[in-house]
Amino acid sequence: MAGLFVVGLALFLVARKVLVPVGFGELGHFRTGAIADNRAPKLVHAGRAACAECHSDEPDRLKSGAHRGVGCEACHGALGAHAAAETDVKPARPDTGTLCLGCHRQSVSKPAGFPQVDPKEHGDGSGSCGGCHDPHAPAEEPKAPPAEEAKKP
Amino acid sequence: MTVDRRQLLAGLGKLLVLTPAAAAAWEYLEAGRPEEAPSYRLADHWWAMVIDVEACIGCGSCVRACKTENGVPLEPYYFRTWVERYHVPNGVSEHPEVDSPNGGYDGFPERYRPGDGAKSFFVPKLCNHCAHSPCTQVCPVGATFDSPDGVVLVDKSYCLGCRYCVQACPYGCRYIDPRTNTVDKCSLCYHRITKGLTTACCETCPTDARRLGDLKDPKDPIHEFLRAHKVQVLKPQMATGSKTWYAGLDGSVR
Repeated sequence: MAGLFVVGLALFLVARKVLVPVGFGELGHFRTGAIADNRAPKLVHAGRAACAECHSDEPDRLKSGAHRGVGCEACHGALGAHAAAETDVKPARPDTGTLCLGCHRQSVSKPAGFPQVDPKEHGDGSGSCGGCHDPHAPAEEPKAPPAEEAKKP
Repeated sequence: MTVDRRQLLAGLGKLLVLTPAAAAAWEYLEAGRPEEAPSYRLADHWWAMVIDVEACIGCGSCVRACKTENGVPLEPYYFRTWVERYHVPNGVSEHPEVDSPNGGYDGFPERYRPGDGAKSFFVPKLCNHCAHSPCTQVCPVGATFDSPDGVVLVDKSYCLGCRYCVQACPYGCRYIDPRTNTVDKCSLCYHRITKGLTTACCETCPTDARRLGDLKDPKDPIHEFLRAHKVQVLKPQMATGSKTWYAGLDGSVR
């Protein structure tokens, strides 16, 4: 009888050892290693601080304008790979014609105080915003390019 | 062996001094394991998110950044974070019109005309990282859990794909990854926040409509935000202990 009990206990202990993963229950009802697993993925976005380490001039210009709170990767895309190996991965220059309207296209759902434009009414028809506006230091009253100046009555 | 009173007291005194010193040294060694956590200690953080509804412009930067950062499938029904557009006709807040084309990934094509007598606004959604999360309570194997620093995480190597948690989440924040057949959800960019960075969505939000905060850090600006704004969580009646606070939240938002 006692032998049967010992065999049963041994079976239970072996089964438990096999079935319960290592580190389970140390910090709660989960495998402790899962925390490290969740930390493991590589960074895809480098973060604005990493950009400023090399590109120190642009963040300084950004600070002066309305875009001071906008992170670099909001417009330039995820650049963790570029930050890790700057010569291997070169970021593309964003096209202001499509990029700017992603935020600034007029919509009734947007907060009233946010600067919005209707591309049909605003601009010189070139489809590009960069001609008049500097995305790194946007001013309230942009300087108009010569073409725009000439069109005015 | 006999111990007189003098020896006993001297021994106890040494023990009293040496024990905390040894504990502190041990703690220092534990924290210093470089491959695990150079300076990150689970007990020092309690992560949360604040969302300023009145600042959200529905650009979809957060949705795109999240999918890129976390490798979320690009099909329009898998999201760790998404943005909803609410359109609430005057006086009928029980029946708002809500849409979220591709989760806001491509922004929002204009559907509404100005002056239609309704109010319209954007609401970003993500895992609320509840302190009393219903999803972790139903997991039969402990594959999803509240981490000691206040983030609801998934153990992908241990998830069965049984979908209980997908049904239990009152906010619809979970999906089954078709590639692994295990559950996936917002991890609050755990691989970023534990390295001193902010989440991908906060990093790319152009209007600071969403901000990550560490409630255990007294210097974190989240405390000032929570003081200065009237905030609300989603579905407070469910008592989930949500740690995603919305400022300027309309009553029509579900």
